[in-house]
Amino acid sequence: MLPEAAAQNPTAVELEKAVPGAVVDFKTNLDGPALFVSGQSIVQVAKHLRDAAGFDRLSAITAVDWWPREPRFEIVYMLHSTNKNARLRVIVRAKESDAIESVSRIWRSANWCEREVFDLFGVQFFNHPNLERIMLPADWEGYPLRKDYPIHGYKYSYQDE
Amino acid sequence: MKEGTTHVESLDPQHELQIADPSGLEIPQEAYPTARRMTLNMGPQHPSTHGVLRVVLELDGETILSARPEIGYLHTGIEKQFEVKNYAQGIPLTDRVDYLSNLGNNLGYALAVERLLQLEIPPMAQWMRVLLCELSRVSSHLTWLGTHALDLGAMSVYFYCFREREEILKIFEMFSGQRMMTSYIRIGGLALEPPRGWQKVVGNVIGRLAKGIDEYHNLLSGNPIFVDRTKGVGGLPVEVLLDLGVTGPMLRAAGVNNDARKDEPYSSYEKFDFEVPTRTENDVYARYEVRMEEMRQSLRIVKQALDGMPPGAWRADAPHVLLPDREKMKTQMESLIYHFKIVTEGFRVPEGSVYQITESPRGELGFYVVSDGTAKPHRVFMRTPSFGNLQALGAMLEGVPIADSIAIMGSMDFVLGDVDR
Repeated sequence: MLPEAAAQNPTAVELEKAVPGAVVDFKTNLDGPALFVSGQSIVQVAKHLRDAAGFDRLSAITAVDWWPREPRFEIVYMLHSTNKNARLRVIVRAKESDAIESVSRIWRSANWCEREVFDLFGVQFFNHPNLERIMLPADWEGYPLRKDYPIHGYKYSYQDE
Repeated sequence: MKEGTTHVESLDPQHELQIADPSGLEIPQEAYPTARRMTLNMGPQHPSTHGVLRVVLELDGETILSARPEIGYLHTGIEKQFEVKNYAQGIPLTDRVDYLSNLGNNLGYALAVERLLQLEIPPMAQWMRVLLCELSRVSSHLTWLGTHALDLGAMSVYFYCFREREEILKIFEMFSGQRMMTSYIRIGGLALEPPRGWQKVVGNVIGRLAKGIDEYHNLLSGNPIFVDRTKGVGGLPVEVLLDLGVTGPMLRAAGVNNDARKDEPYSSYEKFDFEVPTRTENDVYARYEVRMEEMRQSLRIVKQALDGMPPGAWRADAPHVLLPDREKMKTQMESLIYHFKIVTEGFRVPEGSVYQITESPRGELGFYVVSDGTAKPHRVFMRTPSFGNLQALGAMLEGVPIADSIAIMGSMDFVLGDVDR
């Protein structure tokens, strides 16, 4: 079922036709639309948006942690169409235990972006060619950009000084 | 005798001494004829990486079989720091991301927050922002040109470039008191009123820069060593570049006319008359040409901004966001209250999220700011151009001689602070 708010957006309507049940929510932001899609369908959605809707570039992937709210993560895909000069935000809501399928086969630039999200948020991506920490050392404890990770890390505390 | 041990002649021939080889090397005899393959660590302290980048090269003689960039040596957790500071305190953090185009970073973040606040910025502040950002684009390109030419053995270009760059940094110092970490573009306008006599100084520098660019052109464009080392080197098909997330001059040198200043104009860029230079050769030399032409176009924009600078206020009329004048604060009750509130808790930003794109000297710079309605950002994500561009390094270095890797890395113009954040 397409959400009511999305019925006005042609990209969302076409996406719903191609991948039924993918669009779960829709939001209009100050700078453009954001499509909320289900985690299982992300690769099909990505394929449709790249091939049929013309979003040939993946600008970035990032995540937002809404802890303690559940599901805590929003994985945000920033898409860009160089031909149509349009931008779109695709968002997947994910629980801590969820694993999302990697879109690095659709856009190769997703490779490092997903590694970064994994490194700093601890979101798991499956079917990723090389899911390792990218910014932090391999033996780092915890995921720094999570909201329950203290600013000074687990090892040190300001009270000790 | 076992491999990995050295044979030591014993006085007693009855039993031989076996001592472990301290080097620990085990090279099987039959491997000698083909032992040309080696793994080489380039960096993290290699000068041609312009920072702390480590590239693991798999070599067959002089040819690179595969290259794997390893990043993160400069990761400072800036995105996490944003979350514990209020919005205005985030500006100095943006300076330290891409330390060669600080004003461009200030602008991206300020625009994103202003969009959430729905602030109207007066035209004078917008034009001044454009002027300063274009000067910082020229200064960034000058740093790139100097170091790129230095990598390729042309030493004097470096001195010429840094001589002119110093002039631009003096302008920044005149405006903000700082040469590099300017923090001059603030949420709601500028940090300070532009200094007296800035028009004359900027006008003089434009003339010197235009002359300087012709000089570099004379030094490099016809230089056979430079041309031989850069022409036909480091190309990838356009689709692959787009697929790998490459933006900016590298993409424009491959023929894609993609510039956020034209496509998604911000800060009144639509009022300026300039061209976006593109080339189709798609090699290191084309990137050089694109950047040289970009500097000329930037000077054109600076000239227009200088001549047509609109009069008026240099910051928005938003007492709940901007600190009041010192004089007003001491005489008016309302200003004092605003001053107290802004200093103690900052200003609240309405709930929402914005992804603001700007064109940095290196490519597409995006600031994704998520607000939860409080005085501190819930999340600030920076889509930095160098991070996207560097992903293509592995593909670009495959199958090229190791000497070309220096030219290719130089042409990418990455800043490691921008990659690792």
